[in-house]
Amino acid sequence: MTTAGAGWETVIGLETHVQLHTASKMFCGCSAAFGAPPNTNVCPVCLGLPGALPVPNEQALKLAVRAALALGGTLHPKSVFARKNYFYPDLPKGYQISQFEQPLATEGALSYVSPDRGLTTATIVRLHVEEDAGKSLHDRFPKETAIDLNRCGVPLIEIVTGPDFRSPSEARRYLQTLKQVLEYAGISDCDMEKGSLRVDANVSVRRVGETALGTKTEVKNINSFAYVEKALTVERDRQIALLEGGGVVEPQTLLYDSKTNGVRPQRSKEQSHDYRYFPDPDLPPLVLSEEFIAQEQAQLPELPAAKRERFMAQYALSVNDADVLTGDRAVADYYEAVVHAGADAKLGANWVINEVLADAKTHEEQLRVPPGALAQLIGLVRGGTLSQQAAKRVFAEVAEHGGEPRNVAEALGVVQVLDSGVVAGWVTEVLGAHPHEVVRYKQGETKLMPFFVGQVMKVSRGKADPKLAQRILEEKLAA
Amino acid sequence: MSDPGEALASAKAAADRIIRAKRLNACLTPPKELRQSLTKQAQAAHPSGVLYGMPVAIKDNICTLEFTTTCGSKILEGYRSPYEATAVAKLKAAGALITGKTNCDEFGMGSSTEHSAYGRALHPFDKTRVPGGSSGGSAALVAAGAVPAGLGSETGGSVRQPASFCGIVGIKPTYGRVSRYGLVAFGSSLDQIGVFGRSVHDAARVLSVISGRDPKDSTCEARDSLRLPTVPESLQGFVIGVPKEYFPPDLAPAVRRACDRAIRLLKELGAAVREVSLPHTQYAVPTYYIIAPAEASSNLARYDGARYGPRFNGALDMRALYRSTRGEGFGPEVRRRILVGTYVLSSGYYDAYYRRAQQMRALIAQDFRNVFDRGVDLLFTPTTPTPAFKAGEKLADPVAMYLSDIFVVTANLAGLPAMSLPIGRVKGLPIGGQLIGQAFLEDEMIEAAYALERVVPAAGDA
Repeated sequence: MTTAGAGWETVIGLETHVQLHTASKMFCGCSAAFGAPPNTNVCPVCLGLPGALPVPNEQALKLAVRAALALGGTLHPKSVFARKNYFYPDLPKGYQISQFEQPLATEGALSYVSPDRGLTTATIVRLHVEEDAGKSLHDRFPKETAIDLNRCGVPLIEIVTGPDFRSPSEARRYLQTLKQVLEYAGISDCDMEKGSLRVDANVSVRRVGETALGTKTEVKNINSFAYVEKALTVERDRQIALLEGGGVVEPQTLLYDSKTNGVRPQRSKEQSHDYRYFPDPDLPPLVLSEEFIAQEQAQLPELPAAKRERFMAQYALSVNDADVLTGDRAVADYYEAVVHAGADAKLGANWVINEVLADAKTHEEQLRVPPGALAQLIGLVRGGTLSQQAAKRVFAEVAEHGGEPRNVAEALGVVQVLDSGVVAGWVTEVLGAHPHEVVRYKQGETKLMPFFVGQVMKVSRGKADPKLAQRILEEKLAA
Repeated sequence: MSDPGEALASAKAAADRIIRAKRLNACLTPPKELRQSLTKQAQAAHPSGVLYGMPVAIKDNICTLEFTTTCGSKILEGYRSPYEATAVAKLKAAGALITGKTNCDEFGMGSSTEHSAYGRALHPFDKTRVPGGSSGGSAALVAAGAVPAGLGSETGGSVRQPASFCGIVGIKPTYGRVSRYGLVAFGSSLDQIGVFGRSVHDAARVLSVISGRDPKDSTCEARDSLRLPTVPESLQGFVIGVPKEYFPPDLAPAVRRACDRAIRLLKELGAAVREVSLPHTQYAVPTYYIIAPAEASSNLARYDGARYGPRFNGALDMRALYRSTRGEGFGPEVRRRILVGTYVLSSGYYDAYYRRAQQMRALIAQDFRNVFDRGVDLLFTPTTPTPAFKAGEKLADPVAMYLSDIFVVTANLAGLPAMSLPIGRVKGLPIGGQLIGQAFLEDEMIEAAYALERVVPAAGDA
């Protein structure tokens, strides 16, 4: 589904709006919290009442600067707030305060692991600060539009990439990586469902080998990660079909409809705005001191890409394993704690990726087994005390009820039996129960060995040391 | 004043005087409402305030809790602000009484107070003439002796020009000296609240109270409030520049005579007077009429009938609501400026108009810096080219109306403090002289005004 028709190349650029994680709005003291009753988090400033004036929220500026630093952009010590003028009922001033000619940052980059091309870099053309508009609610009252201005003035950054993505899945991967970075640095909670991360996409297609860009369309109203790929795929396929049928792509803005999985043009009246940008005379240029920038630089944690590189080097992990482990800051910290508690780095990675993350998925993203316990468990497997199978049972038990893995293993009676007399007893039992397989083995069908080992593990309820079992099996079958 | 009864007496007397001056159509607040509010305010006023009991009239584009704030526009008819301007709050904290809202050109756009949706204000000495504008209502009330002081606002001379026409003192402070919070925006980079007084002292002490930092206005400088100078014995040591561009050949002869006399008096007071040049002066009016409408077109976008203010033609679809509300709610001068402003900001025209106007504005500001850098402390000019003109005289010719502000818009473009004070009369009509000071040096400007005020025959023929 996500590969383009033969002979076509897809070109995608993304504009992402991210809500900054602040207590109050961009230019007033109102709460920026999501979900309050309509029109309760408002004041003269965010309502745009006559005579009210904006005052920038310092915490929002800090987070925006931190975002610019995290994305490696050129941070401009002087940037300018500008008014973007248009009429809409949920825009009470008749303009949005944004940045235009002189944005906060330009020329950043974000490296991410493309599903098609491996490690790739997306260019960040610009990053600027702006305020959100309110919400028009078309479904509350029949034939009427209701306006909720709680969101009005909530601080946002807009992050614009170059036309750098070559497939919908690549675009999605970039977004996931961006989300990781912003979450790592405490810039935003990036919750698409709550609208704290919103994405608009510019999409065009061209014949493979062509260097000029095709005519692009803008796709809006994509409101979950899952829809990013779907919406972009639908639009790409629409353009290819159009061009293959001899048509042309109209430059237009399209709205994605997740119910029909289709796109439809925005009404032409809503299009071709002349926003008449000009510097906002209510706000002096935003001048950042070196100390201010340095402070935010210091606030910046190790970011996913750097961490991924370090994990690969320090723990000898594959790019994919390192990518998974560094995707979430809590998981990365957890993995490192497991290693520091004495676990083998590679085994630790396997355990975290396979068991811990699977368990977290069904338990509200909780990492339920403490890192020290997991390290002990891994040690028990490595030392031969527990089979892999038994260890999984212990893991589940510790996750559910806690406890020391060693004690839990004993209580469960799954500690591996290294006594060759006991294991030989289980071997005898298994061989007696499978005379046909014994004959076939003796006739040269040695690939049956894992079957016998499995049976020994079964009758021993996982307690037999599989290596010891195999040795005894080989002896007895050779006799 | 410190006797709590005195505020009440002062309030009653002010209300009586304002109501007696009703024929001027200078005060928009209905008499009954005014009296009731003044009684309440007098009871609440704090006797230790430096303006205790002082009546101050407020231009109707400055937000007050006591009265409606209509900006002289139909589009805000009946609008009550849920908050008050910082300047108003400071006046009240100082014990002043807010004596109603005064008539003005709609949203401050005009030079005659004829562009008000509530009828024109009259000149206090000649009802066939205009009091100037846009803050004409406050100026007329002060000139008529109804109140000792009033607040106005300036975007391009809207305090100094009516002060000059009405024969009173009008001060426009440095941009950033007084908070704009609660001043309904017209041209935000130019707007400043200004003060009228019957004397330099009355105007200056009101200015001192409303000046100073305000965390609610990012363009307001973090400075302490203005400290009032004392009345000087002489102007020894002052260098006063007289820019030749402000004395064109077609300057009204009486205005020229009054200025010449004032300059002679300044010299007699000990000031050194020098002719200077501000070469970009001729571009000030065109520059102003690009920048101010551009900002206005954006500032006035919020009046769409969706959230407050009257709606016209009932509920139609969204666009029809905008069209009818804005089409009927705004008067012709406001519509003209919104159109001009929208045009000069449009893509394809922005560079040719708005950007060039900003460049010219920088050159005009540089003209002033050059003169001040060469040792000049203050500039002296006429405030207006003529005394108050006849009502209706310039209504059909917007450019003629705009040119009545030719000597006052420069200080707004350069952000400098400037003031007008009466320097004589011709056929009973006042003539104003203008002092332009250096940024945040209002005290020097006021000092010179104190000295000149004492010696100039303000009521004498020029």
